[in-house]
Parts: sequence; structure tokens; C-alpha cells
Amino acid sequence: MDFATFLIQLLNSVQYGLLLFMLAAGLTLIFGIMGVVNLAHGSFYMIGAYLAWSLSSTFGSLTLAILGGAVLSVLLGLALEWLLFRHFYQRDHLDQVLLTFGLIYIFEELRSIIWGDDVHGVPVPDLLSASIALTDNQSYPVYRLFMSGVCIALAVGLYLLISKTRLGMKIRAGAFNRDMAEALGVNIKLIHAIVFALGVTLATVAGMVAAPISSVYPNMGSPVLIMCFVVVVIGGIGSVRGALIAALLVGLVDTFGKVLVPQVAGMLVYMLMAAVLLWKPEGLFRQ
Amino acid sequence: MSAPKANLETLPTGLKVVLGLALIALLGFPFVGSDYYIQMVTRMMILAIFAMSLDLLQGVTGLVSLGHAAYFGLAGYALALLSPADAAPSLWWSLPLAAALSGLAALLIGFFVVRTHGIYFIMVTMAFAQMVFFLFFDNKVLGGSDGVYVNIKPSLAIGWGAQSWEPLSLDSKLTFFYLTAILMLVVYAFLRRLLWSPFGRALAGIRVNEHRMRALGFGTFGHKLTAFALAGTLAGVAGYLWGAQTGYVNPELMGFHMSAHAVLMVILGGMGNFAGAIVGAFTFEYVLHVFKDLPQAGSVNLGKHWQLWMGSFIVLVVLFAPRGLLGLVQRLGQRKEAGDE
Repeated sequence: MDFATFLIQLLNSVQYGLLLFMLAAGLTLIFGIMGVVNLAHGSFYMIGAYLAWSLSSTFGSLTLAILGGAVLSVLLGLALEWLLFRHFYQRDHLDQVLLTFGLIYIFEELRSIIWGDDVHGVPVPDLLSASIALTDNQSYPVYRLFMSGVCIALAVGLYLLISKTRLGMKIRAGAFNRDMAEALGVNIKLIHAIVFALGVTLATVAGMVAAPISSVYPNMGSPVLIMCFVVVVIGGIGSVRGALIAALLVGLVDTFGKVLVPQVAGMLVYMLMAAVLLWKPEGLFRQ
Repeated sequence: MSAPKANLETLPTGLKVVLGLALIALLGFPFVGSDYYIQMVTRMMILAIFAMSLDLLQGVTGLVSLGHAAYFGLAGYALALLSPADAAPSLWWSLPLAAALSGLAALLIGFFVVRTHGIYFIMVTMAFAQMVFFLFFDNKVLGGSDGVYVNIKPSLAIGWGAQSWEPLSLDSKLTFFYLTAILMLVVYAFLRRLLWSPFGRALAGIRVNEHRMRALGFGTFGHKLTAFALAGTLAGVAGYLWGAQTGYVNPELMGFHMSAHAVLMVILGGMGNFAGAIVGAFTFEYVLHVFKDLPQAGSVNLGKHWQLWMGSFIVLVVLFAPRGLLGLVQRLGQRKEAGDE
């Protein structure tokens, strides 16, 4: 493997890892703070991709589509939290698994009714459609760099929100001791609604940003969901920092696995998970 | 939050009588049902074996596995790949071998997964099942994404060559129906016996309070691993029958949806009582069949949107019957008794 190929694969793996982080961060936050397992998290990714496709063809601009889609996602998250998830925080994990599995079917069918079952492509915005030449015949698309940039910006924003703001302090307090935080006057129900909507929006934005390179198709959430579970297990449930490191690790192993050992590439990530489980059964950064 | 639910180890007498009558009706079904429905009920019984095997983990031991389909599918693949190309494999060696391979895989994976708890267990079982899925999905030698055909049904012949004697042929739908029914009842009887054995009591103890079991001197790791491998083996029996009945196996058999369906079957009937798993499997398959077969209403084909109905059905079950159908019947019975006093 020459240096240019190596660089391309490295950038791809970082970009994939950052995308996984956006999804896994929402999953791990929702679990860490509310104690809910959400199998429908992959559906939010799919919904985001379809939103990007339908809104960008309406508005004629991907940027506007992403902004509009993010607003819709926040509303969707708040509505779902209020209608369903709120009642499942104290329930058994098994009930949560079933509820959210039922939701996968519902979202999948609603997607089919609203947007149909066709595969769609989302055009890359003109401004970002260029490629950077690395050698005579190898180049790297600017859009992928832009994606990584968006993910890094959101990761930094998430870090600042949780560790530096007053809201973040309340979120951490609620995760640490719900009853005590409530007794001290924190409106924990509001905090839960905000965290849930935040998780949903991170997942849909990931889907929207990924739409131009991954195309938009039915059931695109399932493989991503399982990958996110692997990331969360490796990183340690509830740990956003763990999710970031695990996502980058999974991105590296998956991307280079496909290049170096294509026969077993699909299994490599799970072997990584098995190895981590043997070493640290609670994940790398268990809170 | 993850407090173990009271489970349904014993059922009220009235319910037992109803289930007994249902069993008699089931055994008499081939005399009245058409070929199509005989095959459908056979499939339900196969899924019932699958659901019972999961109930050993989910209802008895309190381990929610979201990757149980891996062991189901593995045995189906074992049948497809180990059968000779031009001759019928004998059921007498191929069924035990396929089930043992599933059990072995469960033992291997179980070694990693049973050291995790609660939500980790759910995620990790799911991830390992996906690993097995990709092993078959990515490798052309193992059939790849298209799957493998089982061309010839296993034979029941006893003895070799010219001296062999085949009492009944599995090509007959009736024979297959009764073979499946017998295996379902054997698995049920075995698991019921197991439930009340010292080993089964220890598993139930692990569900209620694992720390206390460990303090009492039980090696909970070994118990959970044994249960996991045993459940995998029995799931293999079901997967073998599935492969033999449909004559075709594909990676979807090991997929996430299949695993989740099994969890749902166990919940739907009522956990911790293997009869509940059977009731759940039958109900689930029937409901799915009804939803997929819904008629055209005006310009809308209701059956095409089965996922919407199925999803709503699942959500409603979780909201209103979290202890399953048998649990619901039992609770209604208790309420009536309380009213009578």
C-alpha cells in the first residue's frame, strides 16, 4: 500500500468513525441518563437521510435541508419522548427492547408510505463537490472532509454543552443521582426530554450529512444500529468519551480490514469487541 | 429497573385443561387442515421449539438474548452444507450433529457473553449474532447472501445400503408434521423437567438474585454458560427442522429480526413457562399471517403495510400485556377469584 492509498484509507476510517460517533453518542447518552435501550436509533439515521433527500429537492440546497431537518428532528424527538419513551424509563430493559423494535417496523412502514421504497441519491453541493489531488490518479473528495469537519464541530459542541454549561451540569447531575437532582430543583423531566431530542437529532443529522455519499435506501438503519451497539459496548455504556474513542477504533479496524483482509472484514469489528470484552467486560470507559 | 418479573412457573388448573385440549386439537389438525395449513402449523411448531429454547434464557435465567437466531440458523446451514449432494442425509446422525454444532457455537460465544450483565448482554449477544451472520453473508463458499438449498429431505431410514428400512418418508407433509410435533413435545417435557431440577432451580435463583446465588456457593458463570449452550443446542434442533422443511437456508435466518421475533414470541405467550413460549410462537406466526393477508380496502392494500400493523401490535402488547397472554389470563382469573370472595 503506497502512502496516498494509506492516507485515503486513513481519512475514510476517521470519517466513518466520526459518523459512528454521532450515532453512538446519542445512544449512549439516552442509555446513560434515562436508562433506555433504543433499538429504533438506526431508524432515526434512516429518517435523517430521507429528510435530506426530500428537503434538499424541495429547497434546492443541502444546507437548508439539514437545518430544516434538524428542527423537524427536535420536534420528532420531543413528541416521541412525551408520547412513549417517558413511560418506559422505569420499565424492564426487555420491555424497552420490544417497544423500540416495534417502532422500527412502524418507522420503516411510514417511510415506505411517505417516501416510497426506491433508492435515491442526494447530490453533493456544488461548493463541496471538488476533489483534492493526492497523486496523478488518486484524489480525495472535499465533501468527505467537510463531513468529518461537521462531526468534529458537533463533537466539540457536545463536549462544551455537557461539561461547560449550566444545562450540562444539570444533565450530569440527573445522570448521577436523579432523585437528588430533582430535590434540588432541577426539572428532570425537561432534562430528559432535551437529552432525548438531542440524541435523535444527532442521529438524524448523521443520516443527513451521510446521505450524499451513502445514498438513501430502505432499511439503511439496521446495519448502522448494530455497529453503534458495538461502539457503545467497546466504549462503555454512558460514556461519551468512550464512544468517541471506540468509534474511531471501529472505523480504523473496519476500513483497513476491508482493504487488507477482505474475506473476514465483516467479522473483524466483532472480534475486536470480543477482545475488549475479555480484557474489560464493562467497556473501556465505564462511567 | 431491571427487576426480574414474577414469572409463570405454575399455571392455574383451568388454563392447563385448556392447553391440554388445544394440544389434542393440534394433533388432530392434519385430518381437517389443507396442505397449506398443515405446513403453516408445522412451521409454528418449529418456531415453538425455537421460542422454548430462548425461554430457558429469557424467562428462566433472566438473560435477554437478542442474538438467539444465530444458533437457529447455524443448524439449518449445517444440514444444508453437510448433506451429500445426491443422497438424503440420515436424520439419525444429521440432526444430532447439526444441533451439536449450534451448541458448540453457543458454548464458544457464551464464554464471552455470559460474563456481561443486563443491557450489555443484550447488545453483545446481538453483536455476536451479527458476526455469525457476516461469516455466512460474506463467504461464497458458505452460500453468501443468496443462501443454500437443501435439495433432499433427510431420511428416516434405519440401517445401511440394501438392508436399510425406511418406515416413513419425510417428503410426506403428514410425517413431517408429526415428527415436528413429537420433537416439540419432547423438548417441552425435557425443559419442564429441567425447570424443576436442582439445575433449573439454580437458574431461576440467578434470575432473581445472582449475587445471592454466588454467595450461596453456586458457580453462576458455569450455570449460565451451560444454559446458554443448551439453549443454543435446542435452537439448533428447530433450525435443522426449518432447513429441512423449507429446503432453503439464507443468512436472514440468523438476522436481527429473527432474533427479535423469538424474544417477542416468548413475551407474547408469557415467560418462564415453556407452554407460554409455544402459545407465543403460534400466536405470533398467526398474527403475522393475518396482517400480511389483509385485504384491499378501497385504494389501499392493507396487507402491503403489514409492518405498520405488526409494529403497532408489538407496541400494544408491551403497553397492555407485558406478562403475555397466559399472564393476562392468569391475572383475569385471580381478579375473578378476588371478586368472588
